[in-house]
Amino acid sequence: MSTPQEFVERALSASSSRACVVLVRSQSLANVRWARNTLTTNGETLATAVSVVALVDVPGGVAAGSVTVNNPGLDGLADLVRRAERVAVEEGPADDAADLAADVAASPDWSQGPTIATSADLAVLAPQIGALFASGRADGIEHFGYAEQSVTTYYLGTSSGVRLRFADPEGRLEVTAKSHGRSRSTWAGRAARTLAGIDLEDVDREVRQGLGWQANRIDVAAGRHTAVLTPSAVADLMIDLYWNSVARDAADGQSVWSSPGGGTRRGATVADPRVHLYSDPAMTGLEAIPFVVATGSSGSSSVFDNGLPVAAVSWIRAGVLEDLITTRHTAAETGLPFRPGADNLRLDVEGGTGALEDVVARTQDGLLVTCLWYNRVVDPQTLLLTGLTRDGVYAVRGGEVVGAVTNFRFNDSPVSVLGRIEDAGAPAATLAREMGDYFNRAAMPPLVVREFNFSTVSQAS
Amino acid sequence: MSRQVDAEFLALPLDACADAALSRARELGAAHADVRVVSILTAYTRVRDARIEGSLLDDDRGLAVRVVVDGCWGFAASDRIDVDTARDLADRAVALARISAPLSSTRVELAPEPVHVGTWVSAYDVDPFEVHEAERLELLTRRSAALNAHAAVSHSTASLHAVKERVHYADLAGTRTTQQRVRVESDVTAIAVDPRTGSFETMGTTAPPAGRGWEYVTGAAATVGGARAWDWAEELAALPDHLHEKTLAPSVDPGRYDLVIHPTNLWLTIHESIGHATELDRALGYEANYAGTSFATPDRLGSLQYGSSVMNVTGDRLVEHGLSTVGWDDEGVGAQRWDIVTDGVLVGYQLDRSMAAEFGLPRSNGCAYADSAGHTAIQRMPNVSLQPSTDGPDLESLIGGVEDGIYIVGDKSWSIDMQRFNFQFTGQRFHRIRSGRLAGQLKDVAYQATTTDFWGSLRAVGGESTYLLGGAFNCGKGQPGQVAAVSHGAPAAVFESVNVLNSAREAGR
Repeated sequence: MSTPQEFVERALSASSSRACVVLVRSQSLANVRWARNTLTTNGETLATAVSVVALVDVPGGVAAGSVTVNNPGLDGLADLVRRAERVAVEEGPADDAADLAADVAASPDWSQGPTIATSADLAVLAPQIGALFASGRADGIEHFGYAEQSVTTYYLGTSSGVRLRFADPEGRLEVTAKSHGRSRSTWAGRAARTLAGIDLEDVDREVRQGLGWQANRIDVAAGRHTAVLTPSAVADLMIDLYWNSVARDAADGQSVWSSPGGGTRRGATVADPRVHLYSDPAMTGLEAIPFVVATGSSGSSSVFDNGLPVAAVSWIRAGVLEDLITTRHTAAETGLPFRPGADNLRLDVEGGTGALEDVVARTQDGLLVTCLWYNRVVDPQTLLLTGLTRDGVYAVRGGEVVGAVTNFRFNDSPVSVLGRIEDAGAPAATLAREMGDYFNRAAMPPLVVREFNFSTVSQAS
Repeated sequence: MSRQVDAEFLALPLDACADAALSRARELGAAHADVRVVSILTAYTRVRDARIEGSLLDDDRGLAVRVVVDGCWGFAASDRIDVDTARDLADRAVALARISAPLSSTRVELAPEPVHVGTWVSAYDVDPFEVHEAERLELLTRRSAALNAHAAVSHSTASLHAVKERVHYADLAGTRTTQQRVRVESDVTAIAVDPRTGSFETMGTTAPPAGRGWEYVTGAAATVGGARAWDWAEELAALPDHLHEKTLAPSVDPGRYDLVIHPTNLWLTIHESIGHATELDRALGYEANYAGTSFATPDRLGSLQYGSSVMNVTGDRLVEHGLSTVGWDDEGVGAQRWDIVTDGVLVGYQLDRSMAAEFGLPRSNGCAYADSAGHTAIQRMPNVSLQPSTDGPDLESLIGGVEDGIYIVGDKSWSIDMQRFNFQFTGQRFHRIRSGRLAGQLKDVAYQATTTDFWGSLRAVGGESTYLLGGAFNCGKGQPGQVAAVSHGAPAAVFESVNVLNSAREAGR
């Protein structure tokens, strides 16, 4: 069987154009899913995607052509390179053309094979899942859930000499528990580099606590209320904010970060002065790929930036918008520094201490929101999002959870939320309920937010 | 035009892989086994301000083996398409099923299905993958440049997304099918920025994605009656004026309005509030951890008053140019059409073979789909469509019957809860209706309702002249997550007294 390194070297040697980028992604995934206290589906998959970005001299500049094929075989690489070169010639000069990264030290583990996730990685959970089902049946609780272990190993090689490797493991576990004819419903999720670090019994304790809280129902009308947002709920809001922090959109006047009169709001106070929102590929426990990989260009990525380092960036510091996502090209267009986005995100609120239960204990009157769901942008000018609370909203009175209320549709902006923080805990690794599929590395504090807009009641339970 | 499956796909060792995996699965005691060889070509090109921004061309191919052993599913997949891999995948799938057995309290049963052998290709004229990138790019660039030439337009984008899906399916019962489907989606958006205030508005085309070829993107495709499938020239010519009017439009006063909803908007409301709500796996709880469940529970089949008496909804995998249209589904079940809501009452669900068996039905209606070789087939949405009224009114008559309301065109933002009760949608254009006539645009409109209240307020559906097949490429479901393309036909329709929010005020502006 061919190795990723062979794919890289063979494709580069087949290139006859100005320059070439080859990205090999070895992707493995093992997963198991359950519902109603029984396993449903499972799977084990392995694939190797080979992307070739041909950079070709054409009249007027340099063109880029990108083609990706699953496991083309060594014999298929020359054809893959030719296809990429043809696409480049047809597309004509690229606006983001630039020299490829050079003088980048090779990864010390370049010669290593890919790390592979298999069903054996799930075996660690099997006894705990069995116990979960048994206790659920005994206690009248239905469990639904999903666990997966994946590893993507990146191999990036360029004709300018870049040879970079990064193994990117992701583990995820989610449990939904329902009882009393499904009138009660709770959820808990965990994200980690490996499933071995996740304690399913701890997750079960969390969902059982929620089911217990739902024994008492309290009527609360829709409207603006103080919200106690779990780290998961905060993560979903902040990931939306992060992904909408693209410099070119702001400079074009099409973003919440656009400044009246032109330009961006970089340097403006946009949040509570205690807020620090940042990314760092080296963040302990949330390690992310430390160099740019891009198979296509857009406002937030450029194929010409492949291999450049991804550094730590403060997006908002001391409440001030400090940076926006740029490529080298959009950095030059907007006059901003080059700031490629990283695949992790952390929110610190200065002075924030304690875990969720500590924050609840400090809250006199509010609604504790387990997680958010189906969040979509309604108005990009304010980054107004709409979405739903899901699987548990609880009334907090005098520092204690006193019962469950209905679910709500919310209409609020994460930018505005960062200006209405009443209290915060310490950040901890969390799984965003909705965005966790796409963004597995978030550390968020629980937040108490005043006047959160619970727009209407949802009957869903 | 006689269409055939690509020779390049047929040259893969389809039968040899199927034979190897199926015989190995049989040796190992599988009660059911199926094999899929899949190749999905995807092309995406995006232009910004008449300059190429980026493009992708992807060929995702692989081999998948799924088995039922001792009443449990097992699934394994690889990107290698050869006989040795096929046998290995059968081994791994069977091993996974056996590992799962101690944790499985419910045995998988599959509703029976006749054996099918055949080939099916979707309806298109020009394969978009045989069109040069330069030609695709030239079309997008020209459309973007034309918009930028208008004084009301600050920026524009244009994109094209094309997919060609080729699947060979075989199972232990003897079914062997080969299919090829083509679909395209193109969007052009104009943006107006007021640099003084920092405000901006967008206006996008409302052309739906379609199970058609390049001829649809150029505007050359015709309907059965000979009309253009989509009049791009007309829509693009009107877009700057629509945008300019929107920038000057008053912000809506929140409250209750009668709504006339065009099918370019209503398709998405159908998708979210009917399509997902009538998936039987959701209704039974199998999606509870992710996509959610449904208020339309099985005990209410035949009695749930979903909407008014003029509401009739069908599911199908047959309609020509439908995004969910196939010859057979990914469990070898032949394509069908059936009723979901009749005279406002829930009468049917979407099924795969295991859901049909669990529900005691004699046959699946063919809704199994996997979005790649790397994922197992699950129940996915067919084309779910609201039927027009026979000899029903045209659009002008529908608007003429509204004294005080809003006419909504095109989709934009959407959100619905996990049991499909509470939803909120926006759109591209909102026209005030006063005394049966359009009276200028509004902005900041969002409509919000509970599903059965909304469909209960359906006063009238338009006739065939108002009917359009809308849809999307990106419907998500399942864990690991899968995407599917699906169409929804709808006539224009009138809804009474729907709650309208002002999105700017919701944001505190």
